[in-house]
Parts: sequence; structure tokens; C-alpha cells
Amino acid sequence: MISFIRITKKFGKLVVLNDINLEVSQAKSYALIGPNGSGKTTLIKSLLGLIVPTSGEILFEQKSIFGDWKYREKIGYMPQIGRYPENISVGQLIDMMKNIRGYSDKTDEELVDAFKLHKLFAKKMHTLSGGTRQKVSAALAFLFNPPIMILDEPTAGLDPISVEILKEKIITDKTKGKLILITSHILSDLDELTTDVVYIYEGKVQYNNSIDALKEETNEKRLGKAIATFARQKELLNSITD
Amino acid sequence: MAQVIKYIFYDLLRTRFILAYTAFLFISTLAMFQIDSDSGKVVLSLLNIVLMVVPLISVVFTTIHFFNSYEFIELMLAQPVNRKSIFLGEYISVTTSLSIAYLAGIGIPSILFRADYSVYVLLLVGITLTFVFVSIAFLSSVLTRDKAKAIGIALLFWFYFSLIYDGLLLWVVYTFSDYPLEKTTLALIAFNPVDLARIIMLLQLDISALMGYTGAFYKDFFGSQTGLIFSFAILLLWIVVPLWIALRIFSRKDL
Repeated sequence: MISFIRITKKFGKLVVLNDINLEVSQAKSYALIGPNGSGKTTLIKSLLGLIVPTSGEILFEQKSIFGDWKYREKIGYMPQIGRYPENISVGQLIDMMKNIRGYSDKTDEELVDAFKLHKLFAKKMHTLSGGTRQKVSAALAFLFNPPIMILDEPTAGLDPISVEILKEKIITDKTKGKLILITSHILSDLDELTTDVVYIYEGKVQYNNSIDALKEETNEKRLGKAIATFARQKELLNSITD
Repeated sequence: MAQVIKYIFYDLLRTRFILAYTAFLFISTLAMFQIDSDSGKVVLSLLNIVLMVVPLISVVFTTIHFFNSYEFIELMLAQPVNRKSIFLGEYISVTTSLSIAYLAGIGIPSILFRADYSVYVLLLVGITLTFVFVSIAFLSSVLTRDKAKAIGIALLFWFYFSLIYDGLLLWVVYTFSDYPLEKTTLALIAFNPVDLARIIMLLQLDISALMGYTGAFYKDFFGSQTGLIFSFAILLLWIVVPLWIALRIFSRKDL
């Protein structure tokens, strides 16, 4: 279980996260959605410790993550833009991650095989296309079989076949009881992959409940429509209170 | 941490920069020994090169390396790896590779030409300076996100310590020449690692006699055991303090 307690993050004058309270628990999968620049990636990065919040606390299994790093063993992270050392090959990168993680159990190479990354092992990272890079990122995130998966726009830039492979993988891992956190703008994907929805707007959590509840509240059948309706209602409400 | 260092080293060894640095020092030393057979004079000439080149190469190489390995650092930070071990791993790798280059570049020709012990002091001084300026360069690298700015700050440090500081010191000495300034200048020198290194080295050579009363005073202080320990202790502070501040900033830095 991960709790965000009153997280605020400011970049200079810009307030990206504004007093966020959020709790995510094991065996559930969350869709983290919101418009561009609403603070989704900042929230994820602060969970990983890549960004240090201005104030507030993040608890990972009841322990503060500040100054801690061991907890990251339990997280598989697929970044939105995978940035890797440019002059090493795909094979070396994967070996390096194995060595650094010091992971002794059997690694989960399902995605490495499914994406046929073995063929690319000798290729240098800087020669890879954006989509292939995404495949490497995905394979790395799943490699160490972590109980928590954080996927930042996993399907962006992938070809349709690879998207299906990745989605299938996410669904099988979901049934294994992993906590999955996905951000995406392709809501039809999230409809299949996730059970809960967290809607962030202007640095605040506007909605946090199961997808079914949201659909019921808004009387819509599809997640995309439901979110749009919710956003409209919210806007209307705000214009009245203003 | 050992794993992290291994990969940084692997990355450093493939850049030709270190090799070029070694070759440059090697050729200069070789040339000096061929021009003059008196190893004291050779060491003095080398000292002037070392005091300029070692800090310059250290700051430029470190800042460039730091920003080139930004992706690696980012990747590592999403893994169960301590920020401190990444940072210290980077520091150890950079200082070690630069020191080895320096040792090989100056040391091998000196041994070939059977130089006297003052070369070993020069080697020690050069390595200490490498550590000092790599620390300073790491500090300027974590201060900003912009590579060009970081190199600018690092170069400014180099410029300040190699040229500007001496000018200021001379100005102070000249303006207050009516007062006894020995102790003051002694204290002021401690604020510049390059000057400190220069004086340690000069007093190992027999030319301090040419520096008059002040020279004799310095010889009395720096030539003694306590003086030597004092100056190396100050240099150690010059290594540790910037590195510590840089580590503090790095451990709270957004990536």
C-alpha cells in the first residue's frame, strides 16, 4: 500500500501538485488520468524519489520513502520517455540492470521474448527508434517481477501488435495480484486494464473511485465519455460556486 | 556501489579523452627531460604546466562527464540504489581515472629518466589538485541543470583560482606593504588550493632561497613537518567541503 499525504510540489512559482492526498492498495489497478501538465508524471516521479516534494509525505507500506531506497526493489517503472546511456547495447543494458538490481530469482523475460528483443541485443541504444525504446523500457519494467508496476503512458508510440502484447501482459500481471498504476490518454485501453480511476486536474485529485462507480454516477457506458461528463459537471459546479 | 562504479568506469574508459590527456602529459614530460638533464629544473617547468592544466582538465572533463551520464544517473535512481552511492561512485570513478592518467603521463617518463624525489612530490600534488578540482566541478554540476552553465561556473572557479586570486593577493601585499604581512598572506594562501600546491612544491626545490625574507619565512613554516601537514590538511578540506555540499544538494535534487 502506498499513501500520499498532503503532497505539494512547486517548481519555482508554479504549483504542480497542490496538497494531494491519495491512497493506492495492492491487487488493484489504477488509471491515473488528467489533462497534459496536470501533474501525473510529477506524482509518479515523486513516488520513485526522482522528484522531492516541497512538502508532505509518501508512505510505502507505512514507512516514509524519504531517504530510503530499498523500497524501489518492489517497483517496476516504465518511464514516459525512456532515457538510457546512449553508447551501450540493448543486451548490455539488460545485463547491467540485472547486475545492479542483484536479483537472484528467475527473471520474467516474457516481454523480451514477445517483443523479439534478442535480435536487437547487439544494437546500440542510440540507434533504436522511439517505439523500440518503449519496448525495451517495458521489458525492463517487468523483468524483475516486482509487486508494484508503474507505467507512464505505456502504449504511446508502440505499434498495434506490440500494444496488444503489452496489454495482455498487464492483464496477466493484474490477475497475479499486483498493484498497477497506469497513466494514459488512451482511455479505451484503460477501460480494459484498470479497475479504479484517479482523476487529477490542476494538481488536485478530483475523483478517486472505481470505474464502475464513475460510469454509474455519470450514466455513461464508456470510460472516455464518463470522464468527459464528469469534467463538464465539475466545471459547471465551479462556475456556480465562483 | 561496486557495481555502479564498474559501469561508470566502463563508460569512462571508452572515451578517448583520458587517453589524450595521458598522451599530452607523457609527451610534455618526455620533451622537458630531453631539453634539460637537471631534474630539479624539469620539475619546476612541469610544475607550471601541472598547475594550469590539471585543474582545467579536471573541471572540464568532470562537468562534461556528469552531464553525459545524466541518463545513467536517472536510470539508476529509479532502481533500488542509494543516491549517495551513485554520487560517490561517480566521484571515485572520475578521480581515479584522471589520477591514473596523470600518474602514467608524468610518472613513466620520470622513472625512465631517473628523476629525483621531487617528482614524487609533484605527483602527489597533482593528484591532490585533481581531487580538489573534481570536487569543485561536481559542485558546479549539481548547482544547475544546464550543461553550458555548469561548465561556465566550473571554468570560472578555475579562472579565479589560477589567475584572479593571485592578482588580488598581489594587490593586497602591494597596498599594505608598510605592514608586516607574513602571517596574513600565509592565511590568504590557504584559501587557494592552487597557491597552496605551488608553495608546497617550490619549497621542495632549492629555489626558495631566491625569494628573500618572505621566502625564508615560508620555508620555515611550509618546509617543516607541521607546515606540510597543515597544507595537506587544508587541501583535504578543499576536497571534502565542496564534495559534501554537492552531495547535500544532489540528494535533494529533482531529476
